[in-house]
Amino acid sequence: MAPQQIGEYLRLLSSGIQVTITLTVVSGLLCIVVAVVAGVARLSNWRVIRTSAGIFIEFFRGTNAIVQLFWAFYSLPLLGIYLSPMSAAIIVLSLNAGAYGAEIVRGAIQAVPLGQREASMALNMKSTTMITRVILPQAYPAMVPPFTNLLIELLKTTPLVSLITISDMTFVGDTIRTRTGDNDTVFILLFVLYFALAICIAALGRMLERIPKYRRTPSTSRRQARVKHDLEVAP
Amino acid sequence: MIWDWSFAAAILPELLRATLVTLQATLYASLTALIFGFVLALLRRSGIRLIRWPTAAFIEVVRSTPLLLQLYFIFFVLPQYGLSLSPILAGTLGLGIHYATYISEVYRAGIEDVPTGQWEAAKVLNLTMPRTWSSIIVPQVITRIVPSLGNYVVQMFKATAILEAITLVELLGEANVIGAQSFRYLEPFTLVGLIFLALSYPAALGLRYLERKLHVRH
Repeated sequence: MAPQQIGEYLRLLSSGIQVTITLTVVSGLLCIVVAVVAGVARLSNWRVIRTSAGIFIEFFRGTNAIVQLFWAFYSLPLLGIYLSPMSAAIIVLSLNAGAYGAEIVRGAIQAVPLGQREASMALNMKSTTMITRVILPQAYPAMVPPFTNLLIELLKTTPLVSLITISDMTFVGDTIRTRTGDNDTVFILLFVLYFALAICIAALGRMLERIPKYRRTPSTSRRQARVKHDLEVAP
Repeated sequence: MIWDWSFAAAILPELLRATLVTLQATLYASLTALIFGFVLALLRRSGIRLIRWPTAAFIEVVRSTPLLLQLYFIFFVLPQYGLSLSPILAGTLGLGIHYATYISEVYRAGIEDVPTGQWEAAKVLNLTMPRTWSSIIVPQVITRIVPSLGNYVVQMFKATAILEAITLVELLGEANVIGAQSFRYLEPFTLVGLIFLALSYPAALGLRYLERKLHVRH
């Protein structure tokens, strides 16, 4: 494990690092959008919207990301829908994580006291205004820590895209490994890189938790959120 | 190319046979995770800092890095040090260790959830430590954590599909083989998705029912 060797590997890995970061950031942002829409829809007064959101959530949580990925990559083209590997990966990852995120959003919204909703109604607010101005800002502190955990889970799912020919960090690392036979250095380097990215996400989460505007209600810590997640029954 | 029912019917038996491999991997991985997770939980609670900290670090690193990478590590690196494992062994070991770190936190949360008064009462009654654990703590912990443990078993079941990457021919691997032979990918992958859904969703519903029935939360 010579230092210049590690430098060389890092140089080779840099394109893969970029792909992994792009995938995580783009799917992460889309996942948040999906989660908020599906989470709010799950609580809609209209049964059609509520049920379709429920089916979407249960479907994506009931099957696994890798099968969804293979399906989008191999089977969709046969139905006449052609996606580049990268867009297939982004769509699957964001929908999959979004389905899990929807339950976070739903839980956080339900934790906002009912009186807030009644007060908005008494003030004759439109329901969209109520959601964006009253409910979501108050649900925000409860959502950030579990979302941080979810984004780390998302990062951990991205290596699966190497199986559908995308040259992410794992794919490039695997290529270097087969070329050089230097298995342990490459894999330990990959572990360090993924762990570093996970720490970055955790730090970002802590930063978002501190946005002062929203700090009126106490938030749970990421650890507490994790324990809660561990104890929660969710398919 | 559209859905071909007769082809789907023809490959279904093969896929169901591969489902057995998936279930087998799930069973082995679950046992590994349940046992190793308990060990981790105990080490994490140890009074000695030199044991507690490395355990915490191990849990954190395993939880924060991808499962696929860990499987590659077990499958490709360990043989260099003389430990060659078959795909099923490497797979169950990797999956088991990965989920053991999650499950250890379940045990820990469950143990910490037992009110301090219970420990104090056991002490007052002069119960020995083994007796305290077996008659006071464990029964209370179990009702609390069984649904969560079941939940992780279901997640492990879904995660076994990753073992395809280390050449284990389970459900997804079988679908890949069929696809490569017939150039038809629509039916095998759709069926695989449906089989996973058909097994995991009822299991999850059952666990939710069990959770309500045990009435341990709220």
